[in-house]
Amino acid sequence: MAAFGTIALLIALALAAYNLLAGILALRWIATGQAAPISPERLADTARRAGIAGFLAISAAAFALVWSVFTNDFSITYIMEHSNRALPGAYKFSALWSGQEGSLLLWAWLLAVYGFVLRLTHKTDVKLYAYAGTILAGIQVFFLAVLCFAAPPFALYQGVTPDDGNGLNPLLQYPEMVIHPPMLYLGYVGFAIPFCFALGALMMRYPGEKWIKVTRVWTMVTWLFLTAGIFLGMHWAYAVLGWGGYWGWDPVENASFMPWLTGTAFLHSVMMQEKRGMMKSWNVWLIFSTFLLTLLGTLLTRAGLVSSVHAFAQSSIGTWFVVFMAIVLAVCIFTYVLNRSHLKTEHHLESLVSRESSFLFNNLVLLVACFVILWGTLFPVISEYVVGNKVTVGAPFYNRVAVPIGIFLLLLTGVGPLLPWRAASFKSIRRNFVLPVIAFWVTVIVCLAVGVKPWKDGSLDQGDFYALVAFAVSAAVMTAILGEFLRGAHVISKQTGRNLFSGLWLLTRRNTRRYGGYIIHIGVVIVVIGLAGSAFNRNIESELALHDKMSVGPYTLECVGFSQDSNLNYNSEFALLDVYSGGKKVFQMTPEKRVYLITGQPQTMVAIHSVPSWDLYVVYEGTNPDTGQPIIKAYLNPLVGWIWAGLAVLVFGTLLALVPSLGPATASVRVPLRTGTGATPGEPALKGGHL
Amino acid sequence: MKGLQAGILAIAVCFSLGATDASSRYNNLNHRLMCTCGCAEILGECNHVGCPNSTGELKELGAGIEGGKTDQEILDGFVVKYGAVVLAAPTGHGFDMVAWIAPFAVFGAALLGTILLVRRWSVGRTAALAVDLDTLDPAERERREQIRRETDGQ
Repeated sequence: MAAFGTIALLIALALAAYNLLAGILALRWIATGQAAPISPERLADTARRAGIAGFLAISAAAFALVWSVFTNDFSITYIMEHSNRALPGAYKFSALWSGQEGSLLLWAWLLAVYGFVLRLTHKTDVKLYAYAGTILAGIQVFFLAVLCFAAPPFALYQGVTPDDGNGLNPLLQYPEMVIHPPMLYLGYVGFAIPFCFALGALMMRYPGEKWIKVTRVWTMVTWLFLTAGIFLGMHWAYAVLGWGGYWGWDPVENASFMPWLTGTAFLHSVMMQEKRGMMKSWNVWLIFSTFLLTLLGTLLTRAGLVSSVHAFAQSSIGTWFVVFMAIVLAVCIFTYVLNRSHLKTEHHLESLVSRESSFLFNNLVLLVACFVILWGTLFPVISEYVVGNKVTVGAPFYNRVAVPIGIFLLLLTGVGPLLPWRAASFKSIRRNFVLPVIAFWVTVIVCLAVGVKPWKDGSLDQGDFYALVAFAVSAAVMTAILGEFLRGAHVISKQTGRNLFSGLWLLTRRNTRRYGGYIIHIGVVIVVIGLAGSAFNRNIESELALHDKMSVGPYTLECVGFSQDSNLNYNSEFALLDVYSGGKKVFQMTPEKRVYLITGQPQTMVAIHSVPSWDLYVVYEGTNPDTGQPIIKAYLNPLVGWIWAGLAVLVFGTLLALVPSLGPATASVRVPLRTGTGATPGEPALKGGHL
Repeated sequence: MKGLQAGILAIAVCFSLGATDASSRYNNLNHRLMCTCGCAEILGECNHVGCPNSTGELKELGAGIEGGKTDQEILDGFVVKYGAVVLAAPTGHGFDMVAWIAPFAVFGAALLGTILLVRRWSVGRTAALAVDLDTLDPAERERREQIRRETDGQ
């Protein structure tokens, strides 16, 4: 199977190289109109077909690796290092992306899947798709070259084939790890597609904004995958790492967040280009940057440039990525300089207070947030280079710098939809902003009344202060968005005689993109409320002998037993804790610690009881070597469930925005024509109304 | 509404828990330090079983607080012993200052630049519009004004 996989990869590389070279040649002949020995259109079509065949070849290679995992073929080094016989089936799949070579193969395969769809749908716009397909082939050549020459997944084990493998990293043996990396990769890889379209459209000086409409679905789907991938990663960190948190500002987490920020900026500013022909250069660079940031993320994960808890896949292939990023950047700059006159804006902003400028400021803040994260991630390297002193840039830095920027961004989320296009009058501002401002101050007063104290002992409590502001801004933004829905629904209700809910439904279906976008904003608000809850996290750690008790928040935990279990993969020990609230037993929790047999590595399995108000999060930390007593750490984490609920709303909003809007229905009324005078005021005339 | 009530209740309960000064100092400081075992985790959150360093560091921290040292003295002691990487964030001195200043400087410059750019565009636009309006007949001017009034806020 190793030989089959290797040959499949080599064939895929040859096909991608043909796709690239034949595509370049054909497009060059078409662009210059020079005489060609064969028809350029036919050559371009062979290039496209080579791309489709390449998908089959890479699929064969991926299948070979999966087959080797499931058949325990430990003659392949990768399988030996990342799997073992006792590994459950689902986790054998995750072995595919648990190491360097496998995850690069997954990347190449996903790129091929996207490319397959792109090449099959080429009839949408043959020339634009030919450009995009050729650029995509260039990216595929890079990844396949890395797989064939720098990180071969089918390299054979040197020496006697072992009976069993080293097993999968215990941290990865969790259900979410089966879907989190593919989701994240679908997001990362997917941004290659809008990048290819943007670069292709610029190269061919594509007339109009159609390329944006073509790529919109690609971009949104990609963004959705990246969003879901990031949140699944957060949930995995929360449920597996056992530190009570979900985001540690680890360099690799940051690396996934940066393209999300620029991708989000692109999704907003692209509307300006569609509606007003503005920000064309900006958009092109946003999508270029997003793609480059996905490469940077991969580089950070693999090159060991910065220390990270995701350091399981470090190697020397960082150099390959640096060179590739340099080539991509050079191509982008060259193409932009050559064709920048094509990106001349059709309109300028007319007012500082308008929908357009809110988009601009939204973009600005998203990019500043991206810069802050990039800066924080790379500052240890910069500091070491400049002053020879390596420092750590961890959560306290981001909490001070990124959190206020995030809150400002949230504020813009609410302000933007309230502003009219072009320019806003003072009257309209006053009318639209009254309710959100009231909601803001009411929330501040309520929070202060229930005990949020931003000032303690004469000094500012940063966590509480940010939480207070986040709650208040969230309330204002939610009011603004709901106000938009209700205003629109009320108008439809008046026009059509429908009830308010029916009006709301029709309103949303008429403009799914706009109202889907608002629902995404509601999801963001819910997520922010959940994040703000972390300011009030509490925890307690205690040794618990049998029938000992500990309390956290409204809960009392009583230890009613300890037990052990064993299977082929791991041994486990766990505590049985009865949880009381208000004097009544309400449920039982079983936090667990596993020791994996093949690696000897321990792993905590957190017990979580989630309700809308908070999570009770209990960790079995092992036994105290001095006393032999088990140590239990219990956290009360307010509002964490809101984060996952917010994600669900966000996904729903994105899916809704992907649904085509209802076309306007037009009703015509025929009236007798009056000679001479025309229709009298008040009488029906020939009219078309949108229903 | 239920969600809001639940959120408010959650905050109220958490605040009713309270914390002593020493424990809040301990909590605050262990979140300003890193575990030095190489796990890249905040000291107060490092929980991997059998960590060779975090227990000792936490004991040192507790001893420092009990010994009456100030926060700065405790942090300085850790830096002397483990190096600057033990601090979870750059300090406010020397080159570390750049880490704190750069984000706000970039934000400020970008904000100012954008405001100036939009103002320049809008001033140019207003001037062009004024010239336009001068050449319009009163009926057309009134029609435009009516459109603006009706579309304002949409």
